[in-house]
Amino acid sequence: MPEHKTLATTGNLVVAEAMRQCAPDVVAAYPITPQTTMVEEFAKFVAQGRVHTEYVTVESEHSAMSACIGASAAGARVMTATSAQGLALMWEELYIASGMRLPIVMANANRALSAPINIHCDHSDIMGARDAGWIILFAETAQEAYDNTLISLKVAEDSEVLLPAMTCLDGFITTHSIDRVDLLDDETVKGFVGQYEPDSPLLDDENPVSHGNFAGLGGPYFEFKRSQRNAIDRSKAVVERVGAEFAEISGRPFGLVETDMMDDADVAIVVIGSSAGNARYVAKQMRTEGIKAGVVKVRCFRPFPAREIAEALKGMKAVAVLDRSESFGAEGGPLYLEVRSALYDLEARVPVVNYIYGLGGSDVQLELMHQVYTDLSDIASGAAQSAGLRYLGSR
Amino acid sequence: MATLRELSHREDRLEGGHRLCAGCGASIAVRQILLGAGVDPVVAGCATGCLEVSTTIYPYSSWKTSFIHNAFENSAATISGVEAAFNGLKAAGKIPADKKMKFVAFGGDGGTYDIGLQSLSGAMERGHDMVYVCYDNGAYMNTGIQRSSATPKGAWATTAEVGKAQQGKIQKRKDLTSIIAAHGVPYAAQASISHWKDLTDKAEKAFAVEGPAFINVLATCPRGWRSAYNKSVEHAKLAVQTGYWPLFEVEDGQWKLSNPSKALIKTGRKPVEEFFKVQGRFKHLLSEDNAELLAEIQDDVDAYWEYVLGRCGEK
Repeated sequence: MPEHKTLATTGNLVVAEAMRQCAPDVVAAYPITPQTTMVEEFAKFVAQGRVHTEYVTVESEHSAMSACIGASAAGARVMTATSAQGLALMWEELYIASGMRLPIVMANANRALSAPINIHCDHSDIMGARDAGWIILFAETAQEAYDNTLISLKVAEDSEVLLPAMTCLDGFITTHSIDRVDLLDDETVKGFVGQYEPDSPLLDDENPVSHGNFAGLGGPYFEFKRSQRNAIDRSKAVVERVGAEFAEISGRPFGLVETDMMDDADVAIVVIGSSAGNARYVAKQMRTEGIKAGVVKVRCFRPFPAREIAEALKGMKAVAVLDRSESFGAEGGPLYLEVRSALYDLEARVPVVNYIYGLGGSDVQLELMHQVYTDLSDIASGAAQSAGLRYLGSR
Repeated sequence: MATLRELSHREDRLEGGHRLCAGCGASIAVRQILLGAGVDPVVAGCATGCLEVSTTIYPYSSWKTSFIHNAFENSAATISGVEAAFNGLKAAGKIPADKKMKFVAFGGDGGTYDIGLQSLSGAMERGHDMVYVCYDNGAYMNTGIQRSSATPKGAWATTAEVGKAQQGKIQKRKDLTSIIAAHGVPYAAQASISHWKDLTDKAEKAFAVEGPAFINVLATCPRGWRSAYNKSVEHAKLAVQTGYWPLFEVEDGQWKLSNPSKALIKTGRKPVEEFFKVQGRFKHLLSEDNAELLAEIQDDVDAYWEYVLGRCGEK
């Protein structure tokens, strides 16, 4: 086991540290709360000469992703970070990055989208980008934010994949709270992520290439999209493999889906991000009250681990999916829609309910989790009907 | 500066066989600009538009050099990223320290004056060693001749129509070259496809300076101008000769009137009507009912001419 450094630090600072260790050739970024301390920390590394990175301080997030795309097509290892409105402003470019098969790695500090303006955590920013063709990993803790950054780079740059990847950490809760984090040493990270060998870079002047060609008017657009679908499908096995390799060097297991107390559970919460800790804590309490509660945390959202989720939830008497974002006008939040779809092929029907919670940083108190498990217990015993979509803790 | 003989021996980096219209000014601008890049390898970027869709229809490419198209508004930011990659990879030792490459971004006036202005301004301010070239044909030609902020006042466009209540575009053209010059970039210039020597000289200077350079090239669009496709160069020449499109350059803050325009100080400029009457988009301005509007436009052209002369110390 290589030597570890243990720090009391924040999610943003350790993502910046992970970026430094990955030694990107280019970072193009624009500041936005609550991502700022991440790009500030990285700017310090640049100023101190601790990375060789060309740090492009662009004038907007749209230009941030545009410059990342140019740099990645040129053959550079490229990383960036954003949040909320910034991710929304990048929206057009997110699709271009994945469509051009450029392995850009980005951290997103999950934050509510305007209006009304709000700088605190929810997942509406990232869920708005869920179909953009990026690999999307969610962190529960600062430790996972660090780990996911390293894993996502190796996955993105894998020649079987070549897709951009995002590592998402909850705004303020994970980006700014002090947490215990074990860091790998620089050499170990260097060995793990390896050197990036670009395919058909613009800067190979002996072999000129065109990137971003026109494929309309009966051209192969449809076929390009199909190959993109094949790539993200293939990426699932790569995420698992790289996650396992990472577990070996770090001693920290990685799963697309991570379960707690599910072996004998009757009821379960499915959750993403920092609230998994709250769910786990309350699930343990519930067990002292005689309710066999479990937790399913989705760590990899794209590619969506439908089979693993169905496997984890098979035989449950009642399941609650917690969504920290809306999908206005849909039957429920985005995670709910996908989890329920994943359960459709199970022989025995699993009752599933949906809670929208924590929008705009609304506090996720333990009583709320308690309420969810109590509701599930009532549904499981037949004392209550599943109630459809509910707003958890809304005044 | 390269002579015609020297230029004639340089490789053309935009191949024939592309799908641009006969008489299109954009391809003339691109070929002359790339001649000015000399012999170093070039990475060219292009905004969404006629030039891009007509030269890169998959699996073909007319570019005999590395090329990237990203989107409409971000040609400058994209090429700034390519240039950053070049520097970053050099710093990493993955590209030899003495390796030389040139970086150029192209955009039409819609992609430059309007939707791409922020991206361009950012790239110019950050000081990337790149050239940005606007081929200005005065409207969104690719989407069907809609007005842009480069469209001349009074010109017909499909979103600045001519009718009882309106006579084409109401507003004056934005002076983009001055705006970029105000960024304090080492080189900014205005050129035209009609003056190849002036244009290739300016391209050579733009590629030679360290840091960002900008060239605004007037480029005829026979479709949008409603003009004869075999007269594109002559029509662009009229824009220069009337003083509608003065040729000048700004080197390290020093404004200088270029020779073809300087000659007009002695010979006098043609009335702007001469430029207008060869184009269907100005047809309505030549009717008697619009005499006052035409005079007003002539006044605007005179004022801009005087302004440029003043900046160039020719007054």
